[in-house]
Amino acid sequence: MFTFVSRRLFYAAITLLIVSMAVYAIFALLPFDPAALTCGQHCNKIVIEANRHRLGYDKSIWDQYWLFLHGIFAGRNYGTGSIAFNCPAPALGYSYNENKCVTQMLADTLPITLNLAIGALILWLIIGVGLGIIAARFKGRWPDTASTIFVLLGTSLPVFVTGLFLLIWITIRWNIIPLNLSGYVSLFSNPFGYLQYFILPWITLAISFAALYTRFTRASILETLGEDYIRTARAKGLSEKKVLRIHTFRAALAPIVTMASLDFAGLIGGAILTETIFNLPGVGQLTLRSVYEFDLPVVVATTILAAGVVIIMNLIVDMFYAVLDPRVRL
Amino acid sequence: MSQDALFSIKDLTKHFPVKKSGIFNNEKATVKAVDGISLDIHEGETVGIVGESGCGKTTAGRTFLKLVSPTSGQIIYKGQDITNFSAKKMRPLRAEMQIIFQDPYSALNPRQTIGKIISAPFEIQGVTPDGGVKREVERILERVGLNPEHYNRYPHEFSGGQRQRIGIARAIALKPKFVVADEPVSALDVSIQAQVINLLEDLKREDGITIVFIAHDLSVVQHISDRVVVMYLGKIMEIADSTNLYSNPRHPYTKALLSAVPQADPRVERTRERIILTGDLPSPMNPPTGCVFNTRCWKAKDICRTSAPELLTVGSSTVACHFPE
Amino acid sequence: MPCLIQGLGCNSLENLLEIKDLRVSFPTDDGDVHAVDNLSLSLKAGETVAIVGESGSGKTVTSLSVMGLHNLRSAKLSGSILIADGDGTVDVVSDDQEKVRNLRGRVVSMIFQDPMSSLHPYFKIGNQLAEGYLVHNPGKKAEAKARAIEMLDLVGIPEPDKRVNDFPHQFSGGMRQRVMIAMALMNTPKILIADEPTTALDVTVQAQILTLMQKIQKEFNMGILLITHDLGVVAQVADRVSVMYAGNIVEQGSAEDIFYRPMAPYTVGLLQSVPKISYGKKERLISIGGQPPSLINLPSGCAFAPRCTYIKSAPAGSCDASLPNLTGVTAGHVSRCHIPEAQRPAIFAHNQERAN
Repeated sequence: MFTFVSRRLFYAAITLLIVSMAVYAIFALLPFDPAALTCGQHCNKIVIEANRHRLGYDKSIWDQYWLFLHGIFAGRNYGTGSIAFNCPAPALGYSYNENKCVTQMLADTLPITLNLAIGALILWLIIGVGLGIIAARFKGRWPDTASTIFVLLGTSLPVFVTGLFLLIWITIRWNIIPLNLSGYVSLFSNPFGYLQYFILPWITLAISFAALYTRFTRASILETLGEDYIRTARAKGLSEKKVLRIHTFRAALAPIVTMASLDFAGLIGGAILTETIFNLPGVGQLTLRSVYEFDLPVVVATTILAAGVVIIMNLIVDMFYAVLDPRVRL
Repeated sequence: MSQDALFSIKDLTKHFPVKKSGIFNNEKATVKAVDGISLDIHEGETVGIVGESGCGKTTAGRTFLKLVSPTSGQIIYKGQDITNFSAKKMRPLRAEMQIIFQDPYSALNPRQTIGKIISAPFEIQGVTPDGGVKREVERILERVGLNPEHYNRYPHEFSGGQRQRIGIARAIALKPKFVVADEPVSALDVSIQAQVINLLEDLKREDGITIVFIAHDLSVVQHISDRVVVMYLGKIMEIADSTNLYSNPRHPYTKALLSAVPQADPRVERTRERIILTGDLPSPMNPPTGCVFNTRCWKAKDICRTSAPELLTVGSSTVACHFPE
Repeated sequence: MPCLIQGLGCNSLENLLEIKDLRVSFPTDDGDVHAVDNLSLSLKAGETVAIVGESGSGKTVTSLSVMGLHNLRSAKLSGSILIADGDGTVDVVSDDQEKVRNLRGRVVSMIFQDPMSSLHPYFKIGNQLAEGYLVHNPGKKAEAKARAIEMLDLVGIPEPDKRVNDFPHQFSGGMRQRVMIAMALMNTPKILIADEPTTALDVTVQAQILTLMQKIQKEFNMGILLITHDLGVVAQVADRVSVMYAGNIVEQGSAEDIFYRPMAPYTVGLLQSVPKISYGKKERLISIGGQPPSLINLPSGCAFAPRCTYIKSAPAGSCDASLPNLTGVTAGHVSRCHIPEAQRPAIFAHNQERAN
C-alpha cells in the first residue's frame, strides 16, 4: 500500500506541474494583450505599458512561469516600491484586480464550496441511492415507476431552472428563507443560519445528481442481483432482505463510489451555476470572474486546485477499492 | 525435423509478462504459457492437442498462426521460416492458414450479415472466384449445411451449432491448407457436437485440409485425430498415434488423463481402475523444476525434480519422461 | 417401491423428494415459454438420480424449482414438489414461501456449475460457510466457525484452519468447487442438488470431485440429484436416470436400463452421437439432425418427432397427433414413444447397423 500511495503522489505532482504549464501556455498563446485589459475607460499607452511592467507581463512566458513555480515554495514579492506586497509561501500568485494574494482568496472561498459540495453529496447519496435501492427491490411495480418519474424530472430540469424556481418560490414568494442573508456563517457558530444559507443550493444540486444516482444505483443493484453468488446466497436459505443488504449492496457499491467521488471533485472545481444563482462566493464564482477579467494568477490557481482535487479523489477511490475488493492488489 | 512436413515448430515458447507493483513497475513475473515445444505436422493429417486448463494449448494454436507473436523459437510453414515475417509478408499466407474459434457466440460480428462475414476473406485477400463472390459464398453455405437463402441474416438469428458452421464456412472460404480449430465443439450441445464433428471430417476427407484440433475432451480428440499431442504446463508430454495413445499410453500424465475421462458405459465405469491425481495444477508462473509433472506423478524420483526429460521415441510414441511405461 | 408411475401407495418417508406433474412456464412478450411439462420424479436416501438433457431441455429449471429459487413473479408453477422434513413434508410449489426458504440449506442444498462466480468475491470463505450455518442456527458463531473448518477438512482442503480466512480468488477451480460442496453440507442436508458441478472443471479435477461426492453421499446417506449433459458422468455415478427433452422426461430408469436398453429414440440418438474412445476402427458418429424446438411454439404431438429417424415405424400420424405417455413394460423403466415397446430394440439396432 505504501509504495502504491507514494507512486501515485509522485505522478500527481508531475500531473499538476503539467497542468500549470498548460494553463500558462494557453495564456501565452492568446491572441490579445492581457495588459491592455487591465485598465478601464481612461486608457492610454503609457498606463498600459506601466501595467504591463507592474504585472510582469513584459517578461517572457518562461520567466513568468519560473517565477510562479518559485513562488510556490518560497513566497514572492509583487509590485515595486510603495505598493510592494509579499505573499507568503505557498504563493500561488497575486491578483491585481482584487489586490489580494491568490492563496488567501482560495482560502476564503474554498470553505463555502466545500460545504456546498459535501452537503449536496450527502443529500444526493441518501436520496439517490435510497430511491435506487427501492426501485430495484420493487422492480416493475409502482415504487419503480414513481422513481422513474423522479429520474426523468431530475435529469431534464437544468440546475438553473431548479435553482431559480426554488429561489423564486421559497425565498421570494413564500419567504420561508429570508432573502437578505448576511453571508456565510459556519456550522458551529450558527447552525440555524448555516442551514438557511445552504439548504436551497443543496437541494438544487441534490435533485439533479440524485436523479442520476437513482438510475445508476438501480441498474447496478439489478446487475448484481443477476450474479451467480446471489443465487448461492439464496440457496443457503438467506432471506431476501439479507441478500440485498449484505451481499448485493456491498458489491453494487463500488461503481457508485467511483461516480460519487468524481462528481464531488467536479463540484469542488466549481458549482458555477448554483453559486451564481444563490450568490455564494465560492470557488466557482471566483473562477468565472477571473476568467472574464483575465486574472491569470487566479485562473492558474483554481485550475490547479480542480486538477489536484480530481487526482486526490481518484487516489482515494483506488484505495477504497482495495479495501472493498480483496482481488485488487495495489 | 523432417523435410516434408507442411508445418513445423521448433522450441516454440510464448511467455506473457505480468507486472508486479514497485515504485516504477520493474519487478516482472512471467506466465510461461508455452515453454519450448517442437512438432512436425504433415500435409493432410489431423493432429489433436489435448490438455487441461493452463497447459498452453490455446496459446500454442494462436502462436502457430502468429495471432500471438512467439517469444522465441521457430515456426516453419512450407519450408519457409515465418517466425519473423511482418504482417505484410504474412498477408498472402493467411489465405492458406485459418482458424476456427471456440465460442460461436462471440466469434461472429453481430452487426454483419453472415454473407458479409463469409465474403470478407475474399475482399481482404483480393480474390474473386469464378461466378462472383456471392455465388461462392452461397456454395460454401450449402457445403457446411446451411441454407444459402439465409445469406442476409444476422448471427443472432442462428443457433450455436449453426453459428459454428458459419465460423467454419469463413475459415474454409479461401480453401486453406492449414486450419487450427481451437475447441470448436466445446461450447455446443452433445447432439450438435456430433453434427459439427462429422462436418469437419467430411471437409478433411474431401479437401485434404491439415487440421490442428485443440480440445480438452479426449474422446472427441481421439475420434477426429490421426495423431495426438498431450500438453501439460506449456510442455509436450507425449505424442502418439491416436489409437496407440489410448490403448498404450506411455506417459504417466496421459495415463492419469485417460483414466479420468468418464465413458458412457456404466459397467466399464464401475469396474475400471482409476488413477486419481493428487494435488492441484501448479501455476504457470511458477512451474516445477525438472519435469513439470513431477509434483503430481506417482513415479517421481529425484532425477525428475532436477532434470527435464527430453522428448524421446519409445515404441511408436514420443514421450518426455524419465520412466515411461 | 418407486412412486414414478402411479403416484399411489407411496410412502412419503421413504422418498426424500417427490415431484409430481410439475409444470413450469415463463410468460414472456413472445408467448409462454413452457420450460417443464408434466414431470414426475422421486429420490431416495443414498441414491443418485441423474437428469440428463441438453440446453433447453428443462433440467436446470427443474432443479431450481425444487429449491424454490424461481421468482414467482416471472414463473408459473403447478403440480407438487414434496420434500420430507422431519416427520412432515413441505410442498415447494404450494406451501408458504417462508417455509420453503427454511428448507434451503438445511434439508436441501444446491451446488452450481461455475464455482468461480458462485462464491462472493468480497467475503472470506469462512464467513460464507458460517453464514450458511447461522441462517438456520442463529447466534452460534463459534460453532459455525468450527463447523466450517470441519467441513473444509472433510472435502479435502489442506490446512483448513488457515484457509478458512482466505478469499475465493485465492483458490483454484477445483478447490472452489470443494468449498461450494462444503458450504452445501454445513447443515447436513438430506438432499444435494448438483447442477453441472463438474462441467467447468478439468477432467482430472472432475474425477476428484465426483469421487468426493460419492464419498460424502455414503457418509451422510444423502440423496443426490445430479443435473448434467455428460453421459460419461452419468455412467460413473448415477443409480437412476431421467432423460429430458424439450421440457418432458422421455425416458426414466436405472443406469443399466438407459445405457444398455434405451427405449426412447432421443436416448438412442444421444448415445450414438457421443464419441467413445475406441481401440479399433472408428465409427462415424450418428448425429441427431435438426435443432431442439422452440419452447414457446412446441409442436403438437411428440416434441422430438421433427428430428426422429424412426417416425416411419410408428403408427401412421400418431407422432404428430399426440404426445406419447410415459409407459413401460418392465418395472421402473418407462419411456415415451408411439412405437410399440416390443418392436423398438430391433428397429433401433437395425438403424445402427445401416449407419455403420
